[in-house]
Amino acid sequence: MKFGVVQFPGSCDERDALLAARLVGDAELLWHADPDLKGVDAVIIPGGFSYGDYLRVGAIARFSPVMVEVDRFARHGGLVLGICNGFQVLCEAGLLSGALLPNTSLRFVCRQVDVEVVNASIPWTAGVERGDVLSIPAKHTTGRYWAPDPVLDELEANGQVVVRYAPGHNFNGSARDIAGVCNAAGNVMGLMPHPEHAVDVLTGSVDGLRLIGSPA
Amino acid sequence: MTTLARHRELGLTDSEYELIVDKLGREANEVELAVFSLMWSEHCGYKHSRRLLRTLPTEGGRLVLGPGENAGAVDVGGGMAAAFKVESHNHPSAVEPFQGAATGVGGILRDVFAIGARPVAILDSLRFGEPSSPRSRYLLEHAVAGIGHYGNSIGVATVGGEIYFEGPYEQNCLVNAMCVGLIETRKLIRSAAAGVGNVVVLFGARTGRDGIGGASVLASAELGDEDAAKRPTVQIGDPFEESKLLECSLELLDRGLLVALQDLGAAGLTSSSAEMAAKGGVGIDLDVRRVPLREADMEPFEIMISESQERMLCVVEPDRVDDVLAVCGKWEVNATAVGEVTGSGRLRVFDGGALVGDLPVTALVDECPAYDLEPLEPSRPLYPAPSPTISSDLAADDTLLSLLASANLASRRWAFEQYDCVVGSRTVRRPEQADAAVLKLEHGGAIAVSIDGNGRRVAVDPYRGAVEAVLECSANLACVGAEPLGLTNCLNFGNPEKPHIAWQLTRAIAGLGDACRALGVPVVGGNVSLYNEGGEGPIYPTPVVGMVGELPDPARAGRLGFSVEGDAVALITASWAPSEVGSELAKLRGDALEGALPAAELGSLKALHAAVRQGVRSGVLRSAHDVAEGGVAVALAECCIAGGLGAHVDLAGLPLFAEGPGAFLVSAPHAAMSAFGAAARVIGEVGGTALAVRGELDVPVHELARVHADGLADLLH
Repeated sequence: MKFGVVQFPGSCDERDALLAARLVGDAELLWHADPDLKGVDAVIIPGGFSYGDYLRVGAIARFSPVMVEVDRFARHGGLVLGICNGFQVLCEAGLLSGALLPNTSLRFVCRQVDVEVVNASIPWTAGVERGDVLSIPAKHTTGRYWAPDPVLDELEANGQVVVRYAPGHNFNGSARDIAGVCNAAGNVMGLMPHPEHAVDVLTGSVDGLRLIGSPA
Repeated sequence: MTTLARHRELGLTDSEYELIVDKLGREANEVELAVFSLMWSEHCGYKHSRRLLRTLPTEGGRLVLGPGENAGAVDVGGGMAAAFKVESHNHPSAVEPFQGAATGVGGILRDVFAIGARPVAILDSLRFGEPSSPRSRYLLEHAVAGIGHYGNSIGVATVGGEIYFEGPYEQNCLVNAMCVGLIETRKLIRSAAAGVGNVVVLFGARTGRDGIGGASVLASAELGDEDAAKRPTVQIGDPFEESKLLECSLELLDRGLLVALQDLGAAGLTSSSAEMAAKGGVGIDLDVRRVPLREADMEPFEIMISESQERMLCVVEPDRVDDVLAVCGKWEVNATAVGEVTGSGRLRVFDGGALVGDLPVTALVDECPAYDLEPLEPSRPLYPAPSPTISSDLAADDTLLSLLASANLASRRWAFEQYDCVVGSRTVRRPEQADAAVLKLEHGGAIAVSIDGNGRRVAVDPYRGAVEAVLECSANLACVGAEPLGLTNCLNFGNPEKPHIAWQLTRAIAGLGDACRALGVPVVGGNVSLYNEGGEGPIYPTPVVGMVGELPDPARAGRLGFSVEGDAVALITASWAPSEVGSELAKLRGDALEGALPAAELGSLKALHAAVRQGVRSGVLRSAHDVAEGGVAVALAECCIAGGLGAHVDLAGLPLFAEGPGAFLVSAPHAAMSAFGAAARVIGEVGGTALAVRGELDVPVHELARVHADGLADLLH
């Protein structure tokens, strides 16, 4: 299993994602300006502030050359995981439904949160069970998941809500405690908490490795 | 305006101007005057502190790079060095707290990657007036947001820090930022320009009018009523630009394309070029016409002194310039050849073909006048007693709850949750898990970092207060099992031209030096911030100390919280004679800032820190916490809160809230305590759901936790 980790100017967690992916497979960086996925089996779009995120989170990154290929890859069933800013980019790119709005506190919050697995039947959750609670750090200013109610109803009916914040852990005000969603086919997933920062018992948790390692 | 009036306006004295004329052999023109005024400002030239700073120990142990470079560095094993430095951004933050604090972080990050190190941790030390004041709350909210904005956006973990609230910081808040970076020791790069004919390349953001005169106007004079008008002298930060600049700089170094590298900080192009030339014993010619500008009509002197952020200056061999420009292009970073290294020993400024400034480099950098201070010990306290907030006859349990909810001791969660503490995948101990932050290294070991300084205690006794700052930092490292390798300091004081401030500064530096020598910890660099005075007088004298230490096994990094029911709770002490003078309890009671702080026997304290460190490293101690502000009672409460477990202890008459260096509160199995001999005094046991001190107090842990958790947020609303 070979992972590609996209690097935009302003990415922050790309080296962390690379380290995490290398615990379960091969991994290399994919430069934003190169429309080339280098034959990887799965793409991770990492956290950070792509292009400074000065316009609207993820709004510029979706137009980068590498995203043309990510879009093509995803629409052909390729595995794509967007984490935090990567989730925002995937929503902007139209690969996932909904949008990420500023936290209700309007502040950046960094906190270890518990998320509950809702759908364990997609490739990114093959290594966990429905109902499992994972301890993973979340850190963002713009992580309040939102979509119109009919869309949320449809996502829930289709099993596209993948992870929810456990009771008391939804600090950003996300609709229906949604922490992560997938597309209808289940090959593209985005979530706000950072599984790549939960891969080592020394730094607090290894629960994130169960997600990143799922397709491997 | 006459030249005479102009030099005064720029902060130079008449005699300094006469000296400049003497060095030049003629009157200075506008460009030259601007350059001299900055290079000879307190901020760049250390006019009032240089002679004192030379008394600090700067050698020894694991030192790799001492004072004089952009940051210091110590050997952390595995062929790696930790580069670190603390710097102030006080006056900009007092004028515009969000950008002031943000650019403080940006500046210290550049200092660290200027020597080639990748920044891995930020710590910050903040001081504000009492939170009852709207101004203090405004400054706090925006400074914390600014630090988070910059550090979070650039992807460097903010892992620690401290905040104190005291009246004397009301007008003049303090924002000190420390950065730690890692580098393979053999890859360290210096800032000395070399090689006549080599090209000087400016890269990073365009140059604008922001921050003009920051070093002389803001950083080297007292604050006054017209500070709103100084907002244009505060720089604006762009962490995205810095993120690209960081990656670009590290790639340039990794590919071996640079001869020398220097960041542009205070005094911009002026100080960076002059210092590079001075360190290399060469000259530099610069053409300001080639500098990419934000505003087309900037004057040469403005281009030379602009403090626009996110810029670096490097020296490149001519045949590598194209490669350098290509790497900068890849990162979408502006890069322009703006000059060349000469053998003239002069900094020559050209505007196209016209020579507009011609300055001797040594005069700028090495011949800035140094002044002896005229210290005078005050006969009575310089500062008014704080306003009392509790009555002196409060019961012990209510006193404890008041302390835990007080501005200085309440949980800092409100602030540190606004910082990314996990990016980089190194953070083994986060805020409130231990007394120091711990970051793991690739080779299997770890470093620990802490930043400390209690200005009120330094105000009571500058010498002992400064000694305590060093001890506190070392004690925090001991609690995670780390041995200190090096120290950086930021000396925040009032106007040193005033005799009582001069006395504070002199005594505090003596204390720092003695403590560092006794502990065997070299000072690797730092920063001086003087003239911290508002309309109501000087700030508390505030030496802030940052340390980097190492521990062999991150899996055994110490924790703060009690963890196992039935463990023995003990005090491990040496030379411990706590008193209520200068304590948090004294502050809440409104006591005057007078009396003697306990003396510290430095030799026995060094041994004590080593014993605790060894106890943590060996895994014997299951928790370790330094007894500091609020005394033993607050330390006990903090261990209970962090572990979610109670304890019952008998202090047998020891004072509950008195403070002084030399005590650690630890927990371990009963049998393990014998390893510490007579130094360990078992006072009780972990267990239950309350903190019970026999004959004194009995409070449920959830109540302690609640007041501690909510204290700061309650005070801010």
